[in-house]
Amino acid sequence: MQMQAVTTERQSDGAEGDVVLKVENLSLDFRLRTQILHAVRDVSFELQRGKTLCLVGESGSGKSVTARALLHILDKNGAITSGRILLAGKSGDIDIATLTEHSPELLKIRGGRIGLIFQEPMSSLSPVHTIGSQIVEALRLHRRMDKKQARAETIELLRQVEIPNPDKMIDRYTFEFSGGMRQRAMIAMALAADPEILIADEPTTALDVTTQAEILDLIKRLQVSRGMAMLLITHDMGIVAEVADAVAVMRYGRIVEAGSADAIFHDARHPYTQRLLNSTVKLERNQRSDGRADPVLLAHQPVLSVRHLSKLYGASTSWFGGNAHAIKAVDDVSFDLYPGENLGIVGESGSGKTTLGRLILRTVEPTSGQVSYFGRGEPVDVTGLSKRQLKAFHRDVRLVFQDPFASLNPRMTVKEIVGDPLVVSGTMKGAALERRVAELLDLVGLDAMAMERYPHAFSGGQRQRIGIARALALDPKIIIADEATAALDVSIRAQILDLLLEIQQRLDLSFVFISHDISVVRYFCDRVAVMHRGKLVEMGTAEQICTDPQQPYTKSLISAVPNPDPRNKRMMHRTRFTA
Amino acid sequence: MLNYVIKRLIYMIPTLIGMSIIAFTIIQLPPGDYLTSMLASMADSGANIDPGQIQRYREIYGLDAPMYEQYWKWISGILLRGDFGYSFEWNRPVGDLIWERMGSTLGISIASLLFVWAVSLPIGIYSAMRRHSVGDYAFTFLGFIGLAVPNFIMALVLMYFSYKYFGQSVGGLFSPEYAEAPWSWGKFVDLMAHLWIPIVVIGTNGTAALIRILRANLTDELNKPYVITAKAKGLPEYRAVVKYPVRIALNPFVSAIGWVLPELISGVTITAIVLNLPTAGPLLLRALISQDMYLAGSFILLMGVLTLVGMLVSDILLALLDPRIRFN
Amino acid sequence: MIAHTFIEDAPETGPAVSALKTGKPIETDAAGPWRLMWTKFVRNKVAVVAGIIILMLYMIGLFAEFLAPTLPDTSRPQFTNAPPQEIRLFADQPDGSREFLLHVTGYTMTVDQASLRRSYVIDDNQVVPIGFFVQGAPYKLWGVFPSDTHLIGPLNPSDTMYLLGTDKLGRDLLSRLIHGTRISMSIGLIGVTISLILGVVLGSISGFYGGWIDLVIQRVIEVISSMPTIPLWLGLAAAIPLTWSPLTVYFVITLIVSLFGWTGLAREVRGRFFALRSEDFVTAARLDGSSERRLIFRHILPSLTSHILAVVTLALPTMIVAETALSFLGIGLKAPVVSWGVLLQDAQNVRTIANASWLLIWPSAAVVLTVLAYNFLGDGLRDAADPYES
Repeated sequence: MQMQAVTTERQSDGAEGDVVLKVENLSLDFRLRTQILHAVRDVSFELQRGKTLCLVGESGSGKSVTARALLHILDKNGAITSGRILLAGKSGDIDIATLTEHSPELLKIRGGRIGLIFQEPMSSLSPVHTIGSQIVEALRLHRRMDKKQARAETIELLRQVEIPNPDKMIDRYTFEFSGGMRQRAMIAMALAADPEILIADEPTTALDVTTQAEILDLIKRLQVSRGMAMLLITHDMGIVAEVADAVAVMRYGRIVEAGSADAIFHDARHPYTQRLLNSTVKLERNQRSDGRADPVLLAHQPVLSVRHLSKLYGASTSWFGGNAHAIKAVDDVSFDLYPGENLGIVGESGSGKTTLGRLILRTVEPTSGQVSYFGRGEPVDVTGLSKRQLKAFHRDVRLVFQDPFASLNPRMTVKEIVGDPLVVSGTMKGAALERRVAELLDLVGLDAMAMERYPHAFSGGQRQRIGIARALALDPKIIIADEATAALDVSIRAQILDLLLEIQQRLDLSFVFISHDISVVRYFCDRVAVMHRGKLVEMGTAEQICTDPQQPYTKSLISAVPNPDPRNKRMMHRTRFTA
Repeated sequence: MLNYVIKRLIYMIPTLIGMSIIAFTIIQLPPGDYLTSMLASMADSGANIDPGQIQRYREIYGLDAPMYEQYWKWISGILLRGDFGYSFEWNRPVGDLIWERMGSTLGISIASLLFVWAVSLPIGIYSAMRRHSVGDYAFTFLGFIGLAVPNFIMALVLMYFSYKYFGQSVGGLFSPEYAEAPWSWGKFVDLMAHLWIPIVVIGTNGTAALIRILRANLTDELNKPYVITAKAKGLPEYRAVVKYPVRIALNPFVSAIGWVLPELISGVTITAIVLNLPTAGPLLLRALISQDMYLAGSFILLMGVLTLVGMLVSDILLALLDPRIRFN
Repeated sequence: MIAHTFIEDAPETGPAVSALKTGKPIETDAAGPWRLMWTKFVRNKVAVVAGIIILMLYMIGLFAEFLAPTLPDTSRPQFTNAPPQEIRLFADQPDGSREFLLHVTGYTMTVDQASLRRSYVIDDNQVVPIGFFVQGAPYKLWGVFPSDTHLIGPLNPSDTMYLLGTDKLGRDLLSRLIHGTRISMSIGLIGVTISLILGVVLGSISGFYGGWIDLVIQRVIEVISSMPTIPLWLGLAAAIPLTWSPLTVYFVITLIVSLFGWTGLAREVRGRFFALRSEDFVTAARLDGSSERRLIFRHILPSLTSHILAVVTLALPTMIVAETALSFLGIGLKAPVVSWGVLLQDAQNVRTIANASWLLIWPSAAVVLTVLAYNFLGDGLRDAADPYES
């Protein structure tokens, strides 16, 4: 109890804006097999009480490593080579960089003065201990409580992070929690010892957008009420704009630009920052509405028509029980896709959007409903096609996958991969095949030299281009893109979207664009269908859905999307949806 | 939890049936049958053989019946009356012969399992935490040797060394003076003095395998984010490791009962033959060589059942240890 | 509030690294999967050495007749349990000088007056000149090509050269060990081939059809793999009639040994089959219009082969040990066939071992070396099997 008194005192004697942690010229090396990676170079920043510093960067920028270095948690092959990490204390500053791995001062700082939250709440919590026991441990470690006190305090913490029925949830295991609840529990644990600094490493990246908004909300409120300094690491400029006071942009281990949120967003100087902002802000506008006639109005007949499509899982009767656990993954969905149209399907995880895409292609068999295809003059009932006939359908309707690494066979050259549909359909071989593959690669912006290489030689964005080239090989009419840009960095994402739009103008294509990312859909699509729990809840033009949603769920979804402009924060006054 | 155990038990039934079919096949495998062996032994003792008598026997034992009926007769005898058949070599019911031997087989197997656990846990943790240290390399090398030396060769080598350097012949579980003596402290010490060789011999393979598994698993677990969470909480390294990843890496330890046990029982069989231990092994070999098939088949069946029970125990322990299994 | 700062030098195009080793990096962009695996494999020096040892053992097995100094079953009753003779390079000449002469030391016979038993001790003064490519006992290589040239042997065919000693019938242990290598190593190879065929066929059927076929195969695998192997091997091997020819016994034993090795393989194949079937690139190939056949042979199997190779390598030593154990217990291979297990039969009791420790040491060493080498090789192959994981 005495410790608690000390901590409250500590809070009261610090004023907002006091520097609590100062990083000076920090450099970090990783020893790899053949080379030394200078993961962090000459990085300096400071954290102020009650303020949030956002460290932004794309994958590989060294932002997470920097955060962990503050707690001296590094992989065995990594080491701090120079610089100081000064943690302000009553009796002078402590330089964390000089502390050894096992020193008691360091152990006191970890969790005691600096709390840490990670991206993956599932794997960041032990699966075999109850949530409660993990928080109790942190309490007993830093606040010298007995078991009973610690348990009471844990329940109080769980209540503070707004977990319902905290006295019951304390004895539950991680896997019994939803993603958002897990992250709340993680936050409760990080806050257990009442730290002065909170480091949040991509805390919402694994979460749905509405959950993300709630978690960011919670973190922000807790930060204000406890007067903590926060270091938030993210790749999402939208989140930065919503929560940051100060921003540092990292690239290849260096901070290329730093400043107040307003300065970074409205007066960016470094070309990289500008590019990052451009590719983010660009996605806020619809690319399709300007100067184009509405394809829905132009076309008399859709190219694809979906009627009352449903998929039930777990409906088959098992040994022990009936179909009590049947889940409606897709529930009575109907829509039309018109020639030349981009139709977006948005939804959060578990909304059934991916299953819907698979049902149209019949890689997953629908339970009921109908899909009709009109691309070849005569209407074709896709749901009634035989395996053989389905192949012809698959030539016209192609799929682009989410994961550019898993979707290319690593044991085949690019030529074999892109040419595979041509070879299988027997349309081409020899020199003609080679010419066609070169043509396709050119179409997606790759050099024909790429042909003889294997996928491992390419980056994620380039691989996605290869995947697109494969989808285009047979002159399709429709492309179903399933989260095709989700695995890519922001700047690459915009490039791929532009590529798709350009290809669409040259070839007469329609897209079904499945995504969880509202800004991407807004940029790319003419019309948008919103899915929630298997049902299609709302459908309209992209602009209408994004600016003037009608249904309560859509409203909450749209308003939860962070706005990349610190002068116009959207998320904090969003509408909430309770089902 | 109870549901889980019941489910496991139901799940065991087809496996048990499969095992009994294998055991029965082995019984039936040698040319001739029950009666041929009996006639041979009667002829050996110079008894007169009456053709009518033979026919009567054939009917009694149902030897002319189709195979599945014979199987049914055999298995229902075991299940309903505990009747495992008759040993012609010993002229006694098989049931009289097997239990004591199975008991010692089980005893030595369990002792070896404890040995395997006790040795591999600390070494596995050490190796995973101090990867690529001298100690780790030494243990890894020893582990490879342990995996590579077959049980019976190790038994022979140990026998040779103890004969050469201690001048005593190892083998059996007791020195002659204690063999028939009633239990006493001295007898217990004597037992321990004899028991360590078979336990080391039988356990080495499993120990080496388990160290490798534990090292690999723990290395994986050590890189999981929840370990970083534990460290970020301020737990000292050893506590963070012992409380979290070791706890999870223990799963293969418990499930090891399932796959180490058949190996240990295999090991006990052959090691016992070399070291002449009073377990099922030597008796099984003798029965097989003299084609005393009901005895042999019963041993094989019971050893199979033993491993199944081991697997059941390991499944239950695993469920107790890991809530993820318990709740699914 | 915080000052606005930024770096003014030109934007970088990649992460900052400094090379640890000089020399140009290996160009892998256009390297096929097998080349990548090979590059990854040869980095593991221990596995490479193990691989070379395995190759050498097979060479020994292949050219056993030529490499063995004499025939495996030529017995000289006068030299029973004779200890190993040592190779020496220099010999004392009658004039007292030392000259280069490749030779082995000979034996002197002593007769124990009490038991009237003969025993042999090495006598350094006895010189038995030896040489390479000498004429010796005639043989037919692989049963086809007649020859009498041996790699190494005494210059005078009536002399003795027992580099590893002799057994209780006075047969040369080295020659028997070399011939045993052929049998033991080939049993592993044939056994694993049978296992592989069973495992791959049943594993693929299981993985391909799924449903109740999969269920039945899985149950059978479960039953077999939960039976303790040695009692089962014993049970099956004991049923082999004594009247069968050695060759038949050889094949039946191989069959028995492989009968229980396939389950692991089948599991591995099935598991990977299932995992690969749901991989995106397989789905992509299916949507490209590939038939099931093409899916399996063009996309799934090529990704499987390297893993199967590794699993097979790791399964091989089990088979070799199984044969050795069965033969050792006297219910596996029998004379005149020579395998390492058959050789170890002679080392069954402590007294024999104490008098002629070489009978235990050398065959055991051969078994242990082989198992070790296979394990190291298999580990190396397994690590190299997936060249795409980082």
